[in-house]
Amino acid sequence: MKRVILSYPYVFVWMPLFIIAPMLFVLYYAFFRDGQFTLEYVQNVVANDTYLGAFWNSLWIALATTVICLLMGYPIAYILSQMKKRTAALVSLLFILPMWMNMLLRTLAWKVLLFDGGVFQQILSFFGAGNVQLIYTPGAVLLATVYDFLPFMILPIYTTLQKLDRSLIEAAHDLGANGAQTFTKVVLPQSVPGIISGITMVFVPAMSTFAVSTMLGGKQVMLLGQVIEEKFLAGTDSVLGIGSTLSLVLIILVIVSMVIMNRIDKDNSASGGTLW
Amino acid sequence: MKRFLSFLKHSYLGLVILFMYLPILVMIVMSFTESRTAVQWRGFSFGAYTSLFKDADVLDALITTLVVAAVSSIVSTVIGTASAIGLHSMRRRPRMVVESFTQLPMVNPDLVTGVSMMLLFAFIGIRQSWGLLRLIIAHTTFNIPYVIFSVLPKLRQSSDSLYEAAMDLGCSPLQALTKVVIPDIMPGIVSGLVLAFTLSIDDFAISLFTGGTSMNLSMLIFSKTAKGGVHTKFCALSALMFLVVGVLLLIVNLRSIHQEKVAAEQKKKVMSRA
Repeated sequence: MKRVILSYPYVFVWMPLFIIAPMLFVLYYAFFRDGQFTLEYVQNVVANDTYLGAFWNSLWIALATTVICLLMGYPIAYILSQMKKRTAALVSLLFILPMWMNMLLRTLAWKVLLFDGGVFQQILSFFGAGNVQLIYTPGAVLLATVYDFLPFMILPIYTTLQKLDRSLIEAAHDLGANGAQTFTKVVLPQSVPGIISGITMVFVPAMSTFAVSTMLGGKQVMLLGQVIEEKFLAGTDSVLGIGSTLSLVLIILVIVSMVIMNRIDKDNSASGGTLW
Repeated sequence: MKRFLSFLKHSYLGLVILFMYLPILVMIVMSFTESRTAVQWRGFSFGAYTSLFKDADVLDALITTLVVAAVSSIVSTVIGTASAIGLHSMRRRPRMVVESFTQLPMVNPDLVTGVSMMLLFAFIGIRQSWGLLRLIIAHTTFNIPYVIFSVLPKLRQSSDSLYEAAMDLGCSPLQALTKVVIPDIMPGIVSGLVLAFTLSIDDFAISLFTGGTSMNLSMLIFSKTAKGGVHTKFCALSALMFLVVGVLLLIVNLRSIHQEKVAAEQKKKVMSRA
């Protein structure tokens, strides 16, 4: 018996049926109506202000989330990597723990904090700021996405910094580099693979999130994912067409971001070696 | 200067940890308040917990979550391990093609995987009312890639000649697999299984579109809290979840620290003998 046969049930049944076919259905629904090829949905999507607005909302919130997570998370990863091994293991556990919590429950916590009359509003009004609208604002959505995805930025960067060869830093010091130079010329370039995987782990889910924006943004802050969700759970055929087209937009965005990331991360290509 | 820098570092670390835990802490505090909606503190009570345990929907969702996680993680571990063993002995070209398609569910946003499977189920006629089956198929599908990619590295580390040696020594191919290959890659299989189970428990987006009439915990939380205020029973659920996850992580880590200690002591003994 050849061992290859063991992969046949997956390769010839499960993968075509449950991985490839569903993607073809998205394509089909985006470009066909009643069996006829049509660009109606694409035109619809491009011409509609709601969809365009949702697209830009998603893009800027995802970009802002990624940048804030990187700026906040990199120093944390760096501090962790400089600690003694056992302390670092314990402290990094503090960042792993929230990742294991259900994401909806974590988002819910912000709803409790930001709700009208909730803790944050009370604190603000104590300082005389009056009743500032907190929930159902873009800021609330951004705060929660940063909160939800921050550990996904910290941990990959921490992992690469941990593997960094200490003697490189010592060599840089011996050769006369000061702290800042050592960081920008030695530490930072070496941690690029971690930064790249951190960025993808934050940007892609942030781009497609809809739970966070539904719970904290309401109707005021519509994201692409939210529009897709509404279309698909509404369920008629023309709506499915629009939903599929919007899903394609999402897929294209993810592919573009991955291509950009791969360009930056040429050194890391050894680990890839697949079609995309 | 150095002292100041270290003070700065520690206070920044402390601030970010506070940011991570403040919301969780507030949820725990709010789980003990008297009022129904978690907005303001109104005196101590266990009411949230009693209404959580009395809620039949929550119990149903919990059972659905655990059943789907158990079944899908076991099925995906079996299929994934078999496929990984097969893939490993495949030629380069076809293997690359299969690996690329396998990465699709990992790369695609969950939302897209979810809606695409929803379209497929509608087409092949797996009805909304068969929610459990739909959830199990969907979860198995997104779990298989994670199992395959946890097992493949272990196969690369182990030597191919082991399998052939076992056959030369009189094993049948099946015996060679079960007695030699599988024990060798067991750590990969176990980590794949654990990963699959946790991913399944945590999933929301894919379940929402494929679940049909069945609801897992994430779907239930979303449907009950998406609009309006938050019932305190969900704070109680958060607090319990935090407790369970915390205890589990602590056990896992204490064990690994203990194992490290044991290993270090053994090393010392060996060294002192030498």
